[in-house]
Amino acid sequence: MSILKETAKVVCQKEISTDIFDMTISFPGGAKEAKPGQFVAIYCKGGERLLPRPISICGIDKEAGTLRIVYRIAGAGTREISTWKEGDTFEIMGPLGNGFTPKENKAIIIGGGIGVPPMLELAKQMDCEKTVVLGYRNADSTFLKDEFEAIADVKIATDDGSEGVHGTVVDAIREYAVEGDTIYACGPMPMLKALAAYADEHGMEAQISLEERMACGIGACLGCITKSKTKDHHTNVNNKRICKEGPVFDAKEVMF
Amino acid sequence: MNLSVTLAGKTFKNPITTASGTFGSGAEFEEFVDLSALGAVTTKGVANIPWEGNATPRIAETYGGMLNAVGLQNPGIELFCKRDIPHLVEKGASIIVNVCGKTVEDYLEVVERLSDEPVDLLEINVSCPNVKAGGIAFGQNPKALYDITKAIKAVAKQPVVMKLSPNVTDITEMAKAAEAGGSDALSMINTITGMKIDIHRRKFVLANQTGGMSGPAIHPVAVRMIYQVHKACNLPIIGMGGVMTGEDAIELMMAGATMVSVGTANFHNPRATMEVLDGIKRYMEQYNIKDINEIIGCM
Repeated sequence: MSILKETAKVVCQKEISTDIFDMTISFPGGAKEAKPGQFVAIYCKGGERLLPRPISICGIDKEAGTLRIVYRIAGAGTREISTWKEGDTFEIMGPLGNGFTPKENKAIIIGGGIGVPPMLELAKQMDCEKTVVLGYRNADSTFLKDEFEAIADVKIATDDGSEGVHGTVVDAIREYAVEGDTIYACGPMPMLKALAAYADEHGMEAQISLEERMACGIGACLGCITKSKTKDHHTNVNNKRICKEGPVFDAKEVMF
Repeated sequence: MNLSVTLAGKTFKNPITTASGTFGSGAEFEEFVDLSALGAVTTKGVANIPWEGNATPRIAETYGGMLNAVGLQNPGIELFCKRDIPHLVEKGASIIVNVCGKTVEDYLEVVERLSDEPVDLLEINVSCPNVKAGGIAFGQNPKALYDITKAIKAVAKQPVVMKLSPNVTDITEMAKAAEAGGSDALSMINTITGMKIDIHRRKFVLANQTGGMSGPAIHPVAVRMIYQVHKACNLPIIGMGGVMTGEDAIELMMAGATMVSVGTANFHNPRATMEVLDGIKRYMEQYNIKDINEIIGCM
C-alpha cells in the first residue's frame, strides 16, 4: 500500500458542533487506499506552520474519490483548516498508519470526544453484530450520534449526565450490560486505559487508537512513540511509532 | 552544468544531503525520493547500543519552525550496520553516518565498528541539546572538542566531520578547536536550544522541557555562523539550518558551505530534498553558472 502526497480539494465544510468541523476532501488516490482507523496529514498554507496536522479519517467514499474528516479546533493550525471553503486546494499526505483489523465476532465500537469520528467508518464497514458506545461532554456536543444510530444500536455517556449515562463510556458499558468479543476504540488516554483494563478483566481483545504530537507522519522523526510491551521494529527497544506501527494497537501491547 | 562537489576528499554527485534525524535511514522517504539522486543520505544519530530516547511529547511546533527533544532514540550500531547500511547501498546512496555517544569510548566504539563499512563520511554529533550526558557537552568546550576530535581521528578510517552546536558564545573557537584536533570537515548548525510553555495548562510542552529548534526561523543564524566559520578556518563545511528552498541552499553555499543538508523541510514536504535540488539548478540557469563550486564561499 502506498502513501500519497498531493494537492487535494475541499468539497464542502461545515461546523457541526462548537469548534467541531466536518470536511469532505477530494483525494481519489487516498480514498481508494484508505481503511477505517487510518489518518491523513494535512498541511497548512503559508510558511509559519510547517508540520502537518494528523487527522483521523471519518468517512471513505471510494466511488466519489473523497475522504471525510471530522476534527476539533485544537490550535492555530486546525483553526486555519476550518476556514477553508469549497474548491480551496491544499497539500495532503495519506492514508497513514495501520487502521483497525475488523474481526467477525461481536463488536463493541467505542468513541470518546474527538475520538468518535474514526469509529464511524469502521461501524459502517462492519457487518457483524455490534454495539456502539459514545462518550461526549454533554447533550449539546453529541456530534455524529445520529449517523451511528442509523446503522447500529448506540449507547451514550456524557460527562455531565445531560444525556445517557452520567459518566464514562465504561460506565455506559456496565450500565447497559453491553456485551461483545472485541473492543474497537478511539478517545482520550484515560478512556483507553480504562478500556484496556476492562477488556483484560473480561478476556476480550481491544484494538485502541492512540495519538501523539508528531512531525513527519511517516516513521522517520520518532516523535510519536508509545511505550510498548514488545520490542519495536525500528529501534528494537520498546517504542512503537504511533504513525507507523499504529495508530491502532492491541491494548495488551501498550504500556500506559 | 556541474553540480558535483568534493568534500574531505570524497566526491558527491550534488551538494544536497539530509540533516541527521529528519530522514531516518532513508527508507521512510523512499516512496517520495530516489535516494541515489541525493548527494548523500545522512542517517539519524547512532550510538554503540540502542537508546530509548526521551519521554513524549517530543515535538512542538513554533512560528516558522519546531522544537524536538527526541533524545537520539536509535537502534545501536549493530542493527544499523546489519540493516540500514546494506539497504542504503542497495539503493545506490552515498552515506554519511551521524555518530552519537555519552562518553568518548561510546563514540570510538561506533567509529571503529564502521571501519570496514561502505560509509563516505562520519559526522560526529557533539552538539545534541537533548541528551543529559555526552552530546552537546563535548561541543561547548573547546578543549573537550579538541580532545574528542583527536581521539576519533586516531581510530577513524573515513573522513571525520565534527557537527557544531550554535549554542555557544563564539562558534569560531569551536571550529578552530575541531580543526586543531584534526577534523576533516565541519557540519553546522545543529539545533538552537529553546523552550515552549503551554500557558493554558501551565506546563512545558515538551516532556524534556527544552528542545532543539530547527526550521526556516533559524536560517539566518545558520548563514551568519557558516560565514563566520568559513572566514575563521580552512575546513570545508556541510551547512544546514532551515533550508526550505534552492535559494536557501544557495545562500548557505555563498556563506561558505560546500554541501547543504535539508532537515525540517522533510517534515513539511517529503520531497523537499529534490525540490531544493531543482531550485539550485534553476538558480544556476538563471545566472548562467556552469559549476556550483563557483559560488561556494563567494561572499
